[in-house]
Amino acid sequence: MTYIPTSPRERDAMLKVIGVKSLDDLFDAIPAKHRFPKLDLPPALTEMEAYAELSDLAQSNENVRGDLISFLGAGMYNHYIPSVIDHMLRRGEFYTAYTPYQPEISQGTLQAIFEYQSLMSALTGMDVSNASHYDGATATAEAVNLAYAQFRGKRKRVVVSPSVHPQYRAVLRTYTQGMGIEVTGDDDQLQTANYQSPISSLEPFDELRTASLISEDTCLVIVQYPDFFGRVYDYTKLIEASHAKGALLCVVANPTALAMFKTPGDMGADIVVGDGQPLGIPMWYGGPSVGFFTTRKQYVHKMAGRLIGETVDNKGQRAYVLTLTAREQHIKRERATSNICTNQGLLALATAIYLSVLGKTGLQQVANLCYQKAHYAARELNKVKGYKVSSETFFHEFVLECPKPASEINAHLLEHGILGGYDLGQDYPSLANHLLIAVTEMNSKEEIDTLVEVLSEVNHE
Amino acid sequence: MNNFASTAGQTSTAHRAPLSAKIVEPTIFDLSSPGRIGVTMPASDVPEADPPPQHLLRPELPLPELAEVDVVRHYMHLSKFNYSVDSGYYPLGSCTMKYNPKINEDTCRLPGFLFTHPLQPIETVQGNLALMYRLQEWLKEIAGFAGVTLQPAAGAHGEFTGVLMMRAYHKSRGDHQRTKMLIPDAAHGTNPASVGMMGMTVVTIPSDERGNVDLEALEAACDDTVVGMMLTNPNTLGLFDEHIEKVIELVHGCGGLMYGDGANLNALLGIVRPGDLGFDVMHFNLHKTFSVPHGGGGPGVGPVGVAAHLADFLPEPLVGIIEEGDDNTPPLYGFIKPARTIGRMKAFNGHFGGGFVRSFTYIAMHGPDGLKDIAQYAVLNANYLQARLRDTYHVPFDRICMHEFVAEGQFEGSDVRALDIAKRLMDYNFHPPTNYFPLIVHEALMIEPTETENKDTLDSFAEALIKIAEEAKSQPDLLHNAPSTTQFGRMDEVKAARELVLCCWLPEGYDLEM
Repeated sequence: MTYIPTSPRERDAMLKVIGVKSLDDLFDAIPAKHRFPKLDLPPALTEMEAYAELSDLAQSNENVRGDLISFLGAGMYNHYIPSVIDHMLRRGEFYTAYTPYQPEISQGTLQAIFEYQSLMSALTGMDVSNASHYDGATATAEAVNLAYAQFRGKRKRVVVSPSVHPQYRAVLRTYTQGMGIEVTGDDDQLQTANYQSPISSLEPFDELRTASLISEDTCLVIVQYPDFFGRVYDYTKLIEASHAKGALLCVVANPTALAMFKTPGDMGADIVVGDGQPLGIPMWYGGPSVGFFTTRKQYVHKMAGRLIGETVDNKGQRAYVLTLTAREQHIKRERATSNICTNQGLLALATAIYLSVLGKTGLQQVANLCYQKAHYAARELNKVKGYKVSSETFFHEFVLECPKPASEINAHLLEHGILGGYDLGQDYPSLANHLLIAVTEMNSKEEIDTLVEVLSEVNHE
Repeated sequence: MNNFASTAGQTSTAHRAPLSAKIVEPTIFDLSSPGRIGVTMPASDVPEADPPPQHLLRPELPLPELAEVDVVRHYMHLSKFNYSVDSGYYPLGSCTMKYNPKINEDTCRLPGFLFTHPLQPIETVQGNLALMYRLQEWLKEIAGFAGVTLQPAAGAHGEFTGVLMMRAYHKSRGDHQRTKMLIPDAAHGTNPASVGMMGMTVVTIPSDERGNVDLEALEAACDDTVVGMMLTNPNTLGLFDEHIEKVIELVHGCGGLMYGDGANLNALLGIVRPGDLGFDVMHFNLHKTFSVPHGGGGPGVGPVGVAAHLADFLPEPLVGIIEEGDDNTPPLYGFIKPARTIGRMKAFNGHFGGGFVRSFTYIAMHGPDGLKDIAQYAVLNANYLQARLRDTYHVPFDRICMHEFVAEGQFEGSDVRALDIAKRLMDYNFHPPTNYFPLIVHEALMIEPTETENKDTLDSFAEALIKIAEEAKSQPDLLHNAPSTTQFGRMDEVKAARELVLCCWLPEGYDLEM
């Protein structure tokens, strides 16, 4: 009866109004032989006991705010989260509201998400943003849905760079398996051709080769910015090459990097997606975060997900509503572009608050700190015998070639309380000795120096 | 093509508010003033690096500039425009707007959960993995399945996962001709949309006069081209199908699989397990049944349970025991990949913090008896409201309901519609029920009280609806013009769709008549 407010006396009065004798009588429609199963679950805990049990579970983890120094990124990043965000998110008016289907009493959510759309458009340099997708990976998959719909299913090829996040590429393949789409450009052959060590002399992927894969049958080309290896490239020419064949191009972007680097919008991208986790959302062992999705105005009708538009109410006040709902599943059913319904409202709000409270200056500071510290780390690591860092233009993540398999290096680092980089050999067989190192504003010079020192020891062992 | 971005930072001058509109709360861009900053970052403690090449730099960052207090007041003002479960009764059908326990908000924010990275070595995150493993086991037990994936991000995402598994199952058996999905006319729109994403075709099955699946129509549709059937049970009328065993027998009989939409699982906790009834696959909505707050539109959490014959197709990765423990050592938890997995549904490990931790806390605090209480009282409350309202509002499928029921929001000889009734309820400080759904009821008002409301609240709600029915006769304009007591009135939705202003400024050259 934990959260049930009904007293036995009230229950009996209600049963009488209904005209049944007991609660069990309400379930006659259930097949008798399966009715009221005995569930083999642990007995109920009180709040005090539950808190203690959950605390035990949480404490048996090693977290990156006290237990471990972290240089792990690969799509999820340890950034500072200003206090104000959670104070606002914990307003019951925000987190216990439903999707804003009744605009008269949901203007808080509607205006906040309208502002989120505006902030994401500004950050990516694109015309319009939707109200969110589940994460960066599913937003990328939804970009395929947009492009596929844009060409009415007549273009069936998607060209994806091998330096797009491996998990994003996996999700893309899961999503498209029933659609008769060919996903190409990141097969093993290409990977080995392009990722022989040292990677520093290579392009993020061979632009000419990729351009040659783009055909009249291609609906979408997908690249990442900075790419999975942290490198920053201007994709303008590739975008032009895609457009020359009539294909759309989607950039998967890191939002923090966009505070510093030229926007994909400026390069001419058609779709810009990514994961909003770096913008004020805890890593939370992988979720929930928020997938952002922005595009050009001409594709808005093919874009999946909710959209909030400005209007006026009957008192002449500026107000906001869910708009273009005719694209969505509850109206179009099997002809909808996507089945998306519930998305990431509260996390989109977190992102909006983060961008508001850091603002132009604060976000530039975060990006600059990431850049400075990552470059300091790279410079120092490059000095250590046996290690080599890519010298390409990168943001806050870089590839470190190690004298031993990355898994051995990481095991040694962990003994010293350091969460090492991402072991690239897991996804790129030719990069077994390579770590992807992420550095953010959370890493002090002292932490970076410790990393360098411990890695020097490994080499001398 | 990107000129608008450089003007966006100029805030209110760049904003194209409708000339006549009164601004209740300025946007965050309207409030911006150059030079302000809310949170300052520390100075760099490392030697200066060479800057990136000039041509790669962004010339300007058009974000707003505000002090922290400005930001706090802005969002506080906005929050006051929202109706929420914490502020009042929210009987939104099919959405299970139950009370969200506050302890969940504390457990999910424990630092050990907040600050762990999804790619950490498994030895450093045994607490997270143990929690996920136990939650998988609990959901299997609660719904009667052999396997559960926690990965899907929401109900619709879970449906998509389930349909992909059904497709993979048939494909693995060489059953390539199966392309038809049977979906009742009462189904949620996400069901056909999930099927549409797979290039399958939808065959709509009508409901009979008692709100059950029409058995004759079902039997006629069952052949060897059927992938399966997607059934919400209890359905969107709030009714448990009286022939559920026959329905499942027919679908299985033609080689199809039975998909359960778990949106309405709240009514079944400890009452019946969908797996026992013969469902092969079902998604859970942890944000409905297990008290994850709805967050103004997410995040949801949509785990999927499957019977043994589908377990090999579950998305990767699942959490499993890598090394058995003993009396002194706990088992080692890690990730496992099902043999014939459909692949990965999203990056990383699912909605761990905001979803799994909250639901784990909730289930742990209920235990087997507490879960049964939830279903029993949810059903009690719905039947009580139905009994109090059926003389005033026509209930087209009038029998003992489960956790919700559907009434008609129309009266003979009146031009008042369900929409008007819904809006008038706001004047009585209630959130309206779901309206115009399911599609098979005219002017539908779909009412789901949930178990966390007391009799007094239900009585006031019933009395408000009865009063509104009187107003519909005596003062229909009160309803047509409702709400009149809220800050905002009815919206010009046509203007929103026609002008399509989707951000705080307009891109240069924006064509209003696109």
